[in-house]
Amino acid sequence: MNSARDTVLGRIRDALALAPTPAVAVPRDHRTGRVLPDDERLALFTDRLLDYKAGVHPCTADRTADIVGEVLREHGVRRVGVPAGLDGRWLDGYEGEVRQDDADVSPSQLDALDAVVTASAAGCAETGTIFLDGSPGQGRRALSLVPDLHVCVVDLSTVEAGVPEAVARLVPERPTTLISGPSATSDIELERVEGVHGPRTLVVVIRTDA
Amino acid sequence: MSTFLGMPAPPPRPPPGTGNLRGDQAFPRAAHDELGNDQLRRNLGRATSTIRAKRLHVTGELPDWEALRDAGSAIKTDTMNRLPELLEQLERKVTERGGTVHWARDAAEANEIVARLVKATGSDEVVKVKSMATQEIGLNEHLESVGITPYETDLAELIVQLAHDKPSHILVPAIHRNRDEIRQIFLDRIPGVDPELDNVPAHLAAAARGYLREKFLTAKVAVSGANFGIAETGTLAVVESEGNGRMCLTLPDTLITVMGIEKVLPRYQDLEVFLQLLPRSSTGERMNPYTSLWTGVTPGDGPRDFHLVLLDNGRTAALADTIGRAALNCIRCSACLNVCPVYERTGGHAYGSTYPGPIGAVLTPQLAGMHAAKDDPNSSLPYASSLCGACFDACPVKIDIPSLLVELRHQHTEQTGVTTEKLAMKAAAAVMRRPGLYTTAQKASGLGRVVAGRDGTISRLPPPFSGWSDSRDTAAPPRETFRSWFASDEGRAALRAAATEANSARAEENSDHDEKDAT
Repeated sequence: MNSARDTVLGRIRDALALAPTPAVAVPRDHRTGRVLPDDERLALFTDRLLDYKAGVHPCTADRTADIVGEVLREHGVRRVGVPAGLDGRWLDGYEGEVRQDDADVSPSQLDALDAVVTASAAGCAETGTIFLDGSPGQGRRALSLVPDLHVCVVDLSTVEAGVPEAVARLVPERPTTLISGPSATSDIELERVEGVHGPRTLVVVIRTDA
Repeated sequence: MSTFLGMPAPPPRPPPGTGNLRGDQAFPRAAHDELGNDQLRRNLGRATSTIRAKRLHVTGELPDWEALRDAGSAIKTDTMNRLPELLEQLERKVTERGGTVHWARDAAEANEIVARLVKATGSDEVVKVKSMATQEIGLNEHLESVGITPYETDLAELIVQLAHDKPSHILVPAIHRNRDEIRQIFLDRIPGVDPELDNVPAHLAAAARGYLREKFLTAKVAVSGANFGIAETGTLAVVESEGNGRMCLTLPDTLITVMGIEKVLPRYQDLEVFLQLLPRSSTGERMNPYTSLWTGVTPGDGPRDFHLVLLDNGRTAALADTIGRAALNCIRCSACLNVCPVYERTGGHAYGSTYPGPIGAVLTPQLAGMHAAKDDPNSSLPYASSLCGACFDACPVKIDIPSLLVELRHQHTEQTGVTTEKLAMKAAAAVMRRPGLYTTAQKASGLGRVVAGRDGTISRLPPPFSGWSDSRDTAAPPRETFRSWFASDEGRAALRAAATEANSARAEENSDHDEKDAT
């Protein structure tokens, strides 16, 4: 008897032979390669994030530690998790406990953190999306997922106008997470409610000169 | 079964009995029951009108929406044309990156593969990400039958599972439930839930969070579907909102993903199209809260064991139909359900399949077949439509659902051979060719008034015409036909009056023109 693989592939070839259709050229007339000035990208990105009920703090890079410290204090954070490779100076304005993540930290230990601070790989202004890809400063996927507050530092220079421009920045082999606001659901009467299993609060620190 | 070179054989439909691609009764019967449920219609009407407004708003704000639809449609058509090479490429890439690829001819085989993989881990429970493919194959039922407990983690799927209910919508399986009903389900079925729980959606979501938290943190095995699988890179994508997907895809040691073979996309760059089309069409958001993209296994980040199960289950049979094949382009956004006047009134259960609504009415018979002679409920699905075309307008990949429905009706009629309807049409044609006979027949039709009820409609006809009256009410024939009225004194008088009126109107118009010309 044929293996399932051979059978399924054989069936597909049979189907295509029985019902041949002409090859199609894929039109790609949608907008790509758009470039928007900084202030427009900042305004669009901020508008979208606020629409998702995320917190937004635009600032210059030299104010990163002040803003991160303020946000963590405001939310009463006592234990914060950080990925390896995160710029240590970003937490200079914070006085609580800082735990650096590694692969041996269990999900339950992650759950005991009040917040996580990460960097990001890219952003998309038109959809208010942040891309994390596990590079240094961003951590493994579980770290930015389990704690209830995610403070994400985004450099405006990495925020692209639209989805095609942002996707072009990604490295396919890296485990990538697209985040557009805090976790949410529309499952009850199709009305959007923020805050389910992922972080219920997302705060984005946008560094306008970085 | 063997295939000889140069002699392609039509791929078989999956054997019936496993999975959820066939209801117990024909659509008109099932819909009749559902239509009697006022609560259901109120819930559906409210939810679908909310989502329709949101979708129009966010699709309208993209100036290149139509270009994106064209690109999406062409990428899917191109994918189907090149399916064997793309699947082999996907398999190669996933394997290179440390994943294992399995192939399943049908639902039963896919279920066995997943159960075997779960058992091999020593675990007797799995957490599940909402997935149409695993609904389709009845995976939960199979896992339970071999002693493995599946936990649905999507809020709507959880509601359905706790209530021992069936999904009724592609995106929001519990759309038929309102907040009060959901509150009651949680109070009855979630152990240790706060008895003071009210019906505020945010509080209901919080209750689900509390219930599933421990499961996420301790689960060893997760089962998911996939929205896309990229052949070029071996990357898989799950698009979601709540973070339950991220939990399942990230925390357990073993991840098993069941993906229909039609979900493959050629290039990573194609995501730029579908990540715009899908969220805006489905939840009416500019982007869904979370999308996870993973490629095989990444040491130190996420599951250590990744299995991809590629599922046929009737997809190759659909592919062998030049017209019907387009149904495979569906990206499961559910926009067609939300705009469908039939779905909005009957709800999803009436379709009897994992895939309800307009796309379900074409996809279900394509995948599972319709056995006309055996009174198969699936053969009623192509008629579950008024062919208004709203679904075609809403579809982000431009599937011409009305044309597919008509094609399936044609196939169904071809299969059924001689029917009462066909005989009736033949008789009608013969009568209409002879004016004298036609007039007599029309006079006789006045007898229909005898059958009509007090409301002036005929709602039940005796066999063999009961097939007609089962699903529609017919207005009683008028006292007099148009032709006999036209020939009467009253008709002639009305015609003369109309002619006089038209003449005087024309005369007035002419004098208006004359005045204008004079100035």
